[in-house]
Amino acid sequence: MVERRTWFSTFLPHFILIMGVLIVAFPVYVAFVGSSWDAGTIANGTMPLYPGKFLVENYSRALLAGNATAREPVGPMLLNSFIMAIIIAVGKIAISIISAYAVVYFRFPLRQSAFWLIFITLMLPVEVRIYPTYKIVADLGMLDTYAGLAVPLIASATATLLFRQFFMTIPDELVEASKIDGAGPMKFFVDTVLPLSITTIAALFVIQFIYGWNQYLWPLLITTRENMQTIVIGIKKMLVTQDALTEWQLAMATAVLAMLPPVLVVLLMQKLFVRGLVETEK
Amino acid sequence: MEKRSVYTNKLLPYLLLAPQLVITLVFFYWPASQAVWMSFRIEDAFGISTEFVGFENYVTLFGQRSYYESMWTTLVFSLAVTILAMSFSLLLAVMADKQIRGGSVYRTLLIWPYAVAPAIAGVLWLFMFQPSLGMIGRGLIAAGVPWNPMLNGDHALLLVILAAAWKQISYNFLFFLAGLQSIPKSLIEAAAIDGAKPARRFWTIIFPMLSPTTFFLLVVNIVYVFFDTFGIIDAITHGGPAKATETLVFKVYSDGRLGGDLGGSAAQSVVLMVIVIALTAIQFRYVERKVTY
Repeated sequence: MVERRTWFSTFLPHFILIMGVLIVAFPVYVAFVGSSWDAGTIANGTMPLYPGKFLVENYSRALLAGNATAREPVGPMLLNSFIMAIIIAVGKIAISIISAYAVVYFRFPLRQSAFWLIFITLMLPVEVRIYPTYKIVADLGMLDTYAGLAVPLIASATATLLFRQFFMTIPDELVEASKIDGAGPMKFFVDTVLPLSITTIAALFVIQFIYGWNQYLWPLLITTRENMQTIVIGIKKMLVTQDALTEWQLAMATAVLAMLPPVLVVLLMQKLFVRGLVETEK
Repeated sequence: MEKRSVYTNKLLPYLLLAPQLVITLVFFYWPASQAVWMSFRIEDAFGISTEFVGFENYVTLFGQRSYYESMWTTLVFSLAVTILAMSFSLLLAVMADKQIRGGSVYRTLLIWPYAVAPAIAGVLWLFMFQPSLGMIGRGLIAAGVPWNPMLNGDHALLLVILAAAWKQISYNFLFFLAGLQSIPKSLIEAAAIDGAKPARRFWTIIFPMLSPTTFFLLVVNIVYVFFDTFGIIDAITHGGPAKATETLVFKVYSDGRLGGDLGGSAAQSVVLMVIVIALTAIQFRYVERKVTY
């Protein structure tokens, strides 16, 4: 900028950003500290702002033994969340990429109608059709199954739109060249379209994994057996209405464990994450 | 825009579309049409048969005081979260947009809360603001504030708002930062040469140029509060105390679960559908504008 930088104008942005980072990180830090103290210290309200000595004990109890109110240990819940998130992410990408391919690279009757049918699902989030959807999943015998957890969530208008948009940018010359070589549509898809789409697929995967991992309402409805619970649901069951019974140190250890995988995904794959986030919103 | 060169297979495109369409029809359209159908019917006392009643469920719904209260709660909730999260994120984004050292480090440190599930965000905030053992909750009481989100509806709503806004900071920050970085620097420099001070440059150039991003985020934040905050509410307040944090989505859930009032619950779902359709339409009209902006 044309103005001369003063000591103040250099310092102020850093100060505000550091305050922002601290405010954003504080709740998670408190949870981490909470997961490292014993129940007594937390219940007294005398928990300090530095970690205590019960870290290993709390995490191993949470992971392996479970607590008094949610009897299931967290280990299997993590696995359930992981399986659900992977099926949702992979499923969404798989069915969306082939339907976008059909809409872009073929001409057939009802093509526009099929596209609109997919597009309109944007306006039907699960929250507005809670009980009828539950009833169908129940009728199909999919309660308490991984298929029931994941399949109703894998239809995706946003992913289809995103792939469609990306396919539009692939030069027509590539299809023509492939046709001259005598290759059919599936060969063109596998040899050309799929390799070109890798970055888009990866970016979508990051977003959809987080989306799947953080699902709440749907697993809450359709899982009744404790061994099918996901970790995000499990933590809620640890909070007891009579506060005295809540084992906060275990609840906080579980919260930290539940946050860790998706947060790591964001931090380690930041470029893909930002790209996926910005592109799915177009 | 259409492809010039396409394939002419007869069956293949339908096979490729089949998985997506089957899931869409079975788990989206069928339940949605069931909701609409049920909203015009009433189930008899034994749940054996249903009877067509026209708009009776809607009349009953809009005659309930609690429905308006839930609408009001949802409105206050969404406005508070939107204003809080957006203004805080805009401030941070403007600071991160200045060419300072470590800009990308700040970005990394601000975007990760996006990955925290709403329900967990709620639990984290409850742990801090719990009146008897929470760090901040106890502090408030020690300072003479009669803080109790378990009994006081306003306190509960405030807690839910804070947790929801906290989780939304990273999303808004990312989009504001991207918006700021797309504003041509020459424009701002020209204004600076003309003697416009930073505050004036912000309000007369940057803020208006940012308006497409701001409007887009406004809609996204409202949709987020309407539909994605269910986890926060269910985890920390269960809609209480005395329904003070019962949003429209939470009401559909709790009314349908407790009572067998399927018709009434379906009518609520249909009202929500209308709201989503309106919000999505606004969003897409706007996106067209963004392309030509």
